[in-house]
Amino acid sequence: MPGTLLLVGTRKGVFLLESDADRQKWELRGPFCEGWPVYHAVHDPSSGAIYAAAASEWHGSAVWRSPDLGETWTHSSEGIAYDPDSGRKVSKVSTLAVNNGRVLVGVEAPGIFESRDDGATWSLLSTLEGQPGSEGWDDPANQPPGHLGISALMFDGDDASRFWAIVQGIGLFETTDDASSWTPRNKGLRADWPRPHEEVGFCIHKLVRSPVDGDRMFQQNHVGMHRSDDTGETWTEITEGLPTEFGFAAATHPHDRDTFWVVPLDPGHGRTMPDGHAAVWRTRDAGSSWQQLDRGLPQQDAHVGVLREAMAIDPYDVPGLYFGTSTGQLFASTDEGESWSEIASYLPSISSVEVAVLD
Amino acid sequence: MADLHLPTTLTPLFPGLPRVVAVDAPTVKEAIDSLEGQWPGVLDRLCEPGPALRTHIHVYVDKERATLDTAIEAKSRVDVIAAISGG
Repeated sequence: MPGTLLLVGTRKGVFLLESDADRQKWELRGPFCEGWPVYHAVHDPSSGAIYAAAASEWHGSAVWRSPDLGETWTHSSEGIAYDPDSGRKVSKVSTLAVNNGRVLVGVEAPGIFESRDDGATWSLLSTLEGQPGSEGWDDPANQPPGHLGISALMFDGDDASRFWAIVQGIGLFETTDDASSWTPRNKGLRADWPRPHEEVGFCIHKLVRSPVDGDRMFQQNHVGMHRSDDTGETWTEITEGLPTEFGFAAATHPHDRDTFWVVPLDPGHGRTMPDGHAAVWRTRDAGSSWQQLDRGLPQQDAHVGVLREAMAIDPYDVPGLYFGTSTGQLFASTDEGESWSEIASYLPSISSVEVAVLD
Repeated sequence: MADLHLPTTLTPLFPGLPRVVAVDAPTVKEAIDSLEGQWPGVLDRLCEPGPALRTHIHVYVDKERATLDTAIEAKSRVDVIAAISGG
């Protein structure tokens, strides 16, 4: 029977939860990575390794690696640095993507580093230089606290030289030539603020892509949900029916191109569940209508947030859905969000949740 | 030999790295370099590119706040501190 592994990145290290294919009973291990703040932890199916992007306030940024599902760990930041003469600094490593043994890490100030030797050494792949306004991306005066720089990376899966990158507060970019050139992919997105450049200036929180229809993407934006049916070339807003336009996390159904989940949050300072009522929202028709899913979730006084990487879905026939909160609760559903159970209650603030099915 | 006292946040990152290391080095920078030779990666954990000490890594030589260029005497005590940075 296959095993199910949840990788939970938190403010105080990585935790792992394991279950069988039934996903009813979970065993927790951790913390790992010496309690470093972890922004994103992922599983590489080609090698079986776990990678975690972490940034210690004392000891800087590094990518941790476990080749044996958390039994042993090493870390490296060799090569994750800008030329000191450039004036750029790596303040944190924010996001990870793996593809056939190649590992990419997105950092702040915005840049992408790659490793082709299992995370032992790294080299700068791209800073998306030349994109409209990119000369101002490094200016600390332009960055809010907690700025992530490159906040997400997503491989195409089929074409190793094609992937997408989100620059936080700037927008989505696609490369089809392994980061030699980039194209902004923000047409049709809404932005409620002045933008000096037509093609960029959008605040994309999360991008997901349907595994069964690669043309279809969804994104949770700072100001709305959006759908693309042409692989990000154009976007259509699908916010109507949701309680707020704001949120971070999102997930797509592994077998149905029209089903998609989000976690709407209050858009102000709090960025927590509206009215303290925890709920995940689902569409079955690509965003034409939305259903609130809250059975098993706290219905009152639940002022919790869910960050951009903190929701995941597994690939089983009836997929399991998982999300972690900024207050350390981890919830799971094995009926596509109809009902939820709390599978960990007292973790540190959760930054990321990923799931892997192990043979 | 000077005694170099390392923080508890650092030593678990490098197998075999003790809390106190005897070093024979004329400056703080060269003391850290000597650690780097034996435990690759230590330099990155204590210094930013440049190099410069990381913001929250404080070094004291004989109880005086030091920089990478500060001289170390044969009998010096060097304390590397992970400065308080929140809970």
